[in-house]
Amino acid sequence: MSVGTIAVAPSRAVSPKRIGVAGIVLGALAWVITIPPIEARGMAVPIVLAVVAVAAGAWSVGGGERKLGIEAIVVALLAVVGAAASAKSAVGTLESVFTWSALVAATLRYATPLLFAALGGVISESGGVINIGLEGMMLMGCFWGIYGADLLHSWVWGILVAMLAGGLLALVHAFLSIHLRANQIVSGTGINFIALGITGYFLEYHYGPNGTPLNISMVPNVKLPLIQHVGFFGAAVGDANLMTWVGLALVPALTFFLFRTRWGLRLRSVGEKPRAADTVGLPVLRIRYAAVIASGMLAALGGAYLSVGFVGSFSNDMTNGRGFIALAAMIFGKWKPWGALWATLLFGFGNAMSDRVSSVNPTLGTLFEALPYVLTLVAVAGLVGRSRPPAADGIPYIRG
Amino acid sequence: MSQLEDELNAEATESEGAAARSPAALTAFRRGLSGVTVPILTTVIAFIAGGLIVLATGHNPLSTYSSIFNGTGFNWLFPWVGGAARATAAGNLQQTLIQTTALILVGLAVAFAFRAGMFNIGGQGQYTVGAIVAVWVGSSFAGMPAVLHIAFAIVAAGLAGAAWAGIAGVLKALTGANEVISTIMLNWIAIWLGVYCFQLGGPLQNPSMPSTPVSSNVVAGAKLPVFWGSAALQGLDVGIFIALALAVVFALLIKRTRLGYEARTVGFNPEAARYAGINVGRTWIRVMLICGAFAGVAASLDILGWKFSLFTNDIQTSQIGFYGIAVALLGRNTAGGTVAAALLFGGLLTGTSDRNINLSIDPTLVQYLTFMIEGIIVLLVSTDVITLRLLKGGQRIGVALGRRPRDVAGAGRGGGS
Repeated sequence: MSVGTIAVAPSRAVSPKRIGVAGIVLGALAWVITIPPIEARGMAVPIVLAVVAVAAGAWSVGGGERKLGIEAIVVALLAVVGAAASAKSAVGTLESVFTWSALVAATLRYATPLLFAALGGVISESGGVINIGLEGMMLMGCFWGIYGADLLHSWVWGILVAMLAGGLLALVHAFLSIHLRANQIVSGTGINFIALGITGYFLEYHYGPNGTPLNISMVPNVKLPLIQHVGFFGAAVGDANLMTWVGLALVPALTFFLFRTRWGLRLRSVGEKPRAADTVGLPVLRIRYAAVIASGMLAALGGAYLSVGFVGSFSNDMTNGRGFIALAAMIFGKWKPWGALWATLLFGFGNAMSDRVSSVNPTLGTLFEALPYVLTLVAVAGLVGRSRPPAADGIPYIRG
Repeated sequence: MSQLEDELNAEATESEGAAARSPAALTAFRRGLSGVTVPILTTVIAFIAGGLIVLATGHNPLSTYSSIFNGTGFNWLFPWVGGAARATAAGNLQQTLIQTTALILVGLAVAFAFRAGMFNIGGQGQYTVGAIVAVWVGSSFAGMPAVLHIAFAIVAAGLAGAAWAGIAGVLKALTGANEVISTIMLNWIAIWLGVYCFQLGGPLQNPSMPSTPVSSNVVAGAKLPVFWGSAALQGLDVGIFIALALAVVFALLIKRTRLGYEARTVGFNPEAARYAGINVGRTWIRVMLICGAFAGVAASLDILGWKFSLFTNDIQTSQIGFYGIAVALLGRNTAGGTVAAALLFGGLLTGTSDRNINLSIDPTLVQYLTFMIEGIIVLLVSTDVITLRLLKGGQRIGVALGRRPRDVAGAGRGGGS
């Protein structure tokens, strides 16, 4: 009769979505078991896991969850490559690369500048102004931070001068984008050029060929008193920079501001529906100005961390594209502070990994340097979920 | 920056022959002039601003600019310059034109994308990939006849650049990925790829120079012939003609091919284009492929014309992709404008380089001055304010002829998807 033609509806417990997620997890596991602390040797178990992951991915695709399924298959294939690399490496090499506590510490160091800039991006775009100039504002903060710290003999002054510099550059971007209604991406690109020019010019003009002096007052690390010497946590977070903690604290603070205060709501409304906000009497242009200047200050703080908090000097174009990675982190994080945090941690991890791989294999390490940028590419390709910017993002507002 | 204006400009020019002295032709002529006036005005303002910064740091802007000008070699065009100064000027002009060659093509790579409503910030990466392939082809295949070898290298570099840009195009078409971010990321990936290839122990590193992170040298048979000046002193090679020819190709592509039409329509309004039956995604991909090809060819002309090898340091410090953005914007994304802007930047780069021993200001300082001027130019181009003010007079005539008032909200969104 018709029994054979009745399709059995999949029960909720084994929905294609769950199978897809399981596939991704299993695929990742195929690689994770080969690295410390598990350090399983040989290719047998990883291959089995990978095959199951691919099967799960295929099932998921068949069940309609195309993106999850494809992700599971891709993760599984990459995991096999990773497992093969692990199998080829000695246990000692693996252990020196995957010293997790050092990796966590390095991740935090790399993520901090990205985090500040990404949070700046979140604020600016929540208000509806695209800020491609984050890179330039970061660079300004990077140079002027160390300039101020050097001239005024204190890292506190350095930080303040950095914020001022970033804010001023942001003011230019704000004026062009808000009042003159410029194309915000083009004006952001111009801002980046100008920052490159200004910082390079004054570096050369003020410090000459020798560069910035040594022994400049730097932002101190926070040595956590009890934890500092305790095993994993001690090495991981016991000696992190003050700015790292400030940045981490900013995440819940900004989330609270954006989603639980009146001014946060006003900012977001200006970014979503400025016409409605104007009708209610909000000063749309002024709020946007404030948002852009704040984003410039935050980006400058990120840059200042690089020079005054971490390296202790400034060299030309020191930010090296970090501002753009921060932008990607913002998109990856769906324009929310917590999302930006996880994204910057991921990108920071990529940087940290490339460092450690470089120490065991310099040639391969160069390729790993490209890892953060590849991850960013994956992020903007929406392979981690399509995200939606604020509705009025990038559209200049015209009164009346 | 306004594609609407460029489109109307193009159409007005086409109708010029039919209506020699009609109001339409006069308006078109005025608008064509304003199309030239605005970039000139922009440049002048940017130079004035740069001069102010030079003044603020204690140097004389006039002597700075005049020494830069002498370094460009444009003074060779003045018949009253003679003797040794003329020979120096000739050498400088050759250098300027060498720089201009690559700038034209990288500028076109950005301009074509802008016309289609996209921001190709990836010129640097596309150039780098093209350079890697060009130097590899140029240094291999030693026995090949010259014309074949050169053609092979140029085409291969163009294909490599096209493929690199194509990645961003495909991502945009398939996933809606913002090409600004994706091209910027591809830039860095290309740079690290290049460093990997030519670093010590890298796969393409010069085997006869094991302690230098450089590529192998381009063989003599693959070098572009020099037609002005001597090859030993880096005279001007025929690459400039190839660049100019490709600028003509660009103009034809935009105005006379279906792809050009589709690109412009998509640039105006992707939704309307979709409604008109144009496959927007496929147009994006095709446009990016062509843009990447332009940038890749630029790299091959540099490699085969005067670089002859590629250092990892070159790869990491080159900024040509970003100069290309400024060139395209200043040239208002047209073929003629791009060539003129490329000439300006070529002169600026040569006049501010180490070659210019008569520079009255430290050359390193002045390189950053170039960045600042560039940035100011880009900033000014990003707004239509100056254009608005200038065209206000012509706007009443324009509205009477049916042109709609400038859509500022649309201009703000620009080409971002």
